[in-house]
Amino acid sequence: MESPAFTFAAHAARGELAYQVDAAGLPLWPPQVRGAGWRVSDGLGTVYATTTVRRPGEEPHDLSLVDLDEGVRLMSRIVGVAPEDVAIGMRVRLAWDGEVPVFVEDVAQGAGLPGANAPGAPSPAPDSA
Amino acid sequence: MTVAIVGAAESDLGLVAPGLTPTDLMAQASLRALEDCGLATGDVDGLYAASTQLPWASLNLGEALGVREARTHDSTMIGGGSPIAHLAHARAAIARGDCEVALIAYGSTQRSVGRDRASVQEVSPWEAPYRPMLPLTAYALAAARHMHEYGTTPEQLAQVAVSARQWAQGNERAWTFGKGPLSVGEVLAAPRICDPLGVKDCCLLTDGGGALVVTSAERARTLRQPPVHLLGAGEASTHRHLSSMPSLTQTAAVQSGARAFAQARLTPADVTCVQLYDAFTITPVLFLEDLGFCAKGDGGPFVASGAIGPGGALPMNTNGGGLAYQHPGMYGLLLLIEAVRQVRSGAHDVVLAHGNGGVFSAQTTALLGSGAAA
Repeated sequence: MESPAFTFAAHAARGELAYQVDAAGLPLWPPQVRGAGWRVSDGLGTVYATTTVRRPGEEPHDLSLVDLDEGVRLMSRIVGVAPEDVAIGMRVRLAWDGEVPVFVEDVAQGAGLPGANAPGAPSPAPDSA
Repeated sequence: MTVAIVGAAESDLGLVAPGLTPTDLMAQASLRALEDCGLATGDVDGLYAASTQLPWASLNLGEALGVREARTHDSTMIGGGSPIAHLAHARAAIARGDCEVALIAYGSTQRSVGRDRASVQEVSPWEAPYRPMLPLTAYALAAARHMHEYGTTPEQLAQVAVSARQWAQGNERAWTFGKGPLSVGEVLAAPRICDPLGVKDCCLLTDGGGALVVTSAERARTLRQPPVHLLGAGEASTHRHLSSMPSLTQTAAVQSGARAFAQARLTPADVTCVQLYDAFTITPVLFLEDLGFCAKGDGGPFVASGAIGPGGALPMNTNGGGLAYQHPGMYGLLLLIEAVRQVRSGAHDVVLAHGNGGVFSAQTTALLGSGAAA
């Protein structure tokens, strides 16, 4: 049996956010032994919950739970905006911080600033927080 | 068969003497609890304990007390509410005849040795890259979501801490005893750690422990203290890590509470006092809703109404709770001791004790009652 984490990592190395489905086709997260097959997400989702983490002596950073449109909920970070400006309901799309999936505001779908982050525009660089 | 809590005691609390260990505190509390009911260590034949510092907690407990006749052991670890699970398991063991006198104990030196050493977090590799401050980050996310769905406000959450401090002013064993009242403004002005929660939304970090002695209701009648009967108990779990929690605004307390109430043939209307695990201000808000004391979404207005404070309609966390009394890593055993005290005081015939473990991961509910309720 291959480690589900290794399968995920192989997808991530190709820029794919992979997730599993169970025997009934329902999405699963995180990658786990009971998965019955793999899918690749379109990378679009919505912020379900968000907080700004403030460790003493460090820059605050975002930590959010993101609901992918395919039905997966995962912990992640919204980058490219101030952590305080991340809001529940914000539409986001996949970006990568190395091989760690993070998200940026999807202004094309959301209610953000017009013109910025138009489809095809490069993603803002993920922050290093 | 019904069982009763016949002995209950705390260990030293707060910041204990240098060199004391979690096992020392379990043993000290156990000796006090046995003294409370007039039993001896030789009577104990069931050992129940869990601690973040002691994976082999029940064996350490027995060794420290010199118990040589233990017939059943349970070190079930499902987080802070574990002792309520131990109570339910002890009831089953006594009913089966696996033991006659169960000792449930807890000890922690979390303040003395530091939280990072006392409570090593099991961080999911799928969450670790995002650097959560666990468990706080998880509760902050739940608070944010509750605010979004139901309009709950930081002021309402603050009222939980304000009420806890009020209760603690009447409890000389409380860490914040004598510190005077806390205002909503002070809670809101305290530094944020994980928005929307700040320092004063978080439980205390103390040393401490406690112990309970449990036996059959029949044997309980022969002992020193009025029996505190276990009327019903329920457990439920939905996840280990927050990302796998089905809904951040509804906990498995819905199931654990329903099981406890069904066993006891009682409803929330029969309960006149509650001890609800308050690791953070948001936690009892969710439990009040999920256990049926108010409608889903109404927890904020409920706690802000004054109902939970001294003189309120539903006294909650009457010792000051984890927010203002003591929170030695896991609070479930001290929460049960306070429930026992409230029943023994004669002020309440039915008291609900509710424990939480992990990041809303495991929920445990017990209904305790006087002889009149049993």
